[in-house]
Amino acid sequence: MYIIVKPDKCSGCETCIASCPYDAISISSGVAFINEYCQLCKACLAVCPENAIVEIEDTPSSTHTLPLTDFKGVWVFAEQRGGKTASVSHELLGIGRKLSSELQTDLSAVLFGAGDSEADELIKWGADKVYLCTDTILADFNDDTYSGLLSKLISEYKPAIVLAGATPVSRSFIPRVAAKLKTGLTADCTSLEIDKKTKNLLQIRPAFGGNIMAAILCPDYRPQMATVRPRVMKKGEYDTGRTGEIIHVSADNLISRTKVLDTIKEVSELTVNLHEADVIVAGGRGLGDVKGFKLLEELAAVMGGAIGASRAAVDEGWIPYSHQVGQTGKTVCPKIYFACGISGAVQHLVGMQSSDIIIAINKNPEAPIFSVATYGIVGDLYKILPLLIKKIKEAKGL
Amino acid sequence: MKIIVCIKQVPDTAEVRINPETNTLVREGVPSIINPFDLHALEAGVLIKETMGGKVTVLTMGPPQAENALREAVSMGADEAVLLSDRAFAGSDTWATAYTLAAAIKKIGADIIFCGKQAIDGDTAQVGPETAEFLNIPHIAYVRKIEEVKEGYIRVQRLMDDGYDIVESSLPVLLTVVKELNVPRLPSLKGKMAAKKTVITKMGPSEIEADENSLGLNGSPTKVKNIFAPQSKSGRMMIDGAPEEQVSVLIEELRGLKCI
Ligand SMILES: Cc1cc2nc3c(=O)[nH]c(=O)nc-3n(C[C@H](O)[C@H](O)[C@H](O)COP(=O)(O)OP(=O)(O)OC[C@H]3O[C@@H](n4cnc5c(N)ncnc54)[C@H](O)[C@@H]3O)c2cc1C
Ligand SMILES: Nc1ncnc2c1ncn2[C@@H]1O[C@H](COP(=O)(O)O)[C@@H](O)[C@H]1O
Repeated sequence: MYIIVKPDKCSGCETCIASCPYDAISISSGVAFINEYCQLCKACLAVCPENAIVEIEDTPSSTHTLPLTDFKGVWVFAEQRGGKTASVSHELLGIGRKLSSELQTDLSAVLFGAGDSEADELIKWGADKVYLCTDTILADFNDDTYSGLLSKLISEYKPAIVLAGATPVSRSFIPRVAAKLKTGLTADCTSLEIDKKTKNLLQIRPAFGGNIMAAILCPDYRPQMATVRPRVMKKGEYDTGRTGEIIHVSADNLISRTKVLDTIKEVSELTVNLHEADVIVAGGRGLGDVKGFKLLEELAAVMGGAIGASRAAVDEGWIPYSHQVGQTGKTVCPKIYFACGISGAVQHLVGMQSSDIIIAINKNPEAPIFSVATYGIVGDLYKILPLLIKKIKEAKGL
Repeated sequence: MKIIVCIKQVPDTAEVRINPETNTLVREGVPSIINPFDLHALEAGVLIKETMGGKVTVLTMGPPQAENALREAVSMGADEAVLLSDRAFAGSDTWATAYTLAAAIKKIGADIIFCGKQAIDGDTAQVGPETAEFLNIPHIAYVRKIEEVKEGYIRVQRLMDDGYDIVESSLPVLLTVVKELNVPRLPSLKGKMAAKKTVITKMGPSEIEADENSLGLNGSPTKVKNIFAPQSKSGRMMIDGAPEEQVSVLIEELRGLKCI
């Protein structure tokens, strides 16, 4: 789809200019012109009094069209850290399985820098094949070596679809692979489907900080590449009886221009990885004091959760930035998100609103956080939380 | 040091909403701002110039109005500004954007290229690493601290989920930065004067010697099929009563959902 102005119809009235959230329309030679900032949001279509702005359904045919049918199979890049595959890889195998059965092709995993036993695990999680490189040069993540080898494997084996986790590692090196192979990459997909008619991969992702959703296609290039945030897809079935094939690949001729000198872990006992936590207990300016986080840590401890924060709490210096949830912090999707003393500014909401259950505790009944809350409690968090902690302890027999 | 900072002018996303009936965006005077991460990228570039000497060039691909973002960047310490604006760039996805930026960077020349971690309108975080690939230079993403820079060498801290890595690289290099890196300065009076006077260099496809087929919508592998409003979840519940009651109800609900 794309949007054009019919010059013969346009009166140059400029109404569309004000409607465009991207400043993508200007007047050139007396008529409206849609420029490179157009994100196809269609806001201008609705306002044009002359109906001079139209949406063209088919995209112009590309000059680079490849024999797309040469590309077959669904691949999942299975990320590991410290030799263990991340759980997002199992989630990707879950959705990968669905896509591959619909396309009637194989599902493969690609694993770098880990051993055969981890590859076996991936088979149990649903992979038919695992492309495994056990070379220790790949044990630690490195953009040059990872993008070099993955591009090489893709060129050789030609998968139709490549999925990766939207984690710091994959978000850093997967774009290089897409650039090298000249193909599309869609970040942070929340849903992936096969288009019934064309068999293309329909990639749904939030845009504008979660205020709108966009459906994206990569019709003329292969592979179709997408990243998916952790905890967005359901894990596949773990089957200890499943068998598959491990294909060993070599890491020959990989060069690297960057080097990791040291890795520093900065997590305290309670702050497990926010992206992977089942429960997040988050606090905002309403805590009033750094001491408030002690209370949250108690709740996190009984619920087995991690600590999150609004930007206001981070700006107050109560907690490090690595805990910040929201547009300029992390995007999280736990089973339960406790928002304590957080007003629910849109920049915060975009980072947590897809959580399964949201529990908001706030003094102000008008706080916008209640509009996304599964359970809303209007009250003083300093009264509610101690009671809640006590009752949960009782319930759990602690 | 020759430094290029890539900045993007974005709508302030907090203000944007979709009308669920017409499926179009509602915009009433949404202001355009410099992508917040890019301000940290700019500050990092200006700090290096101030200690080591050199020049900071800000680069953007966008409509003619993006000139305002460039002038604002000059008021915050950039020396030169380049605007990539042309019909041919229309409809670029991240691949085509990165291709275009890289072609311009090759013309301008740089030791260090700074980008923001991501742009707040698209949130893709892809343009930086893709640009580095087109330039055939290394990149380091999520830089939260610059430990050392000297001729041909840089060492930085890279923010990861569970801490940070210390990473070194040869130059030229492309860095994408997070907001922990620094506190962007406000425009200075001198800067504002410079911003007014600065002559913005404009470049189009021929100036950057780009392959036409790789530009804009034509050069973009991904296509937006359609957009729609996100579904809102049902089953919201406000729990009233005294604190004890509220907590009891919540506990029962969570028990029912097998959360405790
Ligand atoms: C470009 C940009 C990016 C941003 N990115 C982010 C981001 O990534 N993440 C983020 O969180 N914010 C972000 N913000 C900031 C955001 O706009 C809000 O300012 C911020 O989220 C507010 O934090 P808060 O809810 O903790 O504080 P406030 O808005 O001050 O809310 C405090 C709340 O606590 C309640 N309260 C007070 N005392 C109590 C009590 N005893 N018991 C119960 N409730 C109490 C109050 O009623 C109030 O609702 C960004 C802003 C901009 C402009
Ligand atoms: N049109 C553009 N012009 C200049 N820089 C850009 C442009 N688009 C993206 N960038 C840079 O790339 C970063 C990441 O953007 P994105 O991949 O869109 O999230 C931004 O923070 C900018 O530094």
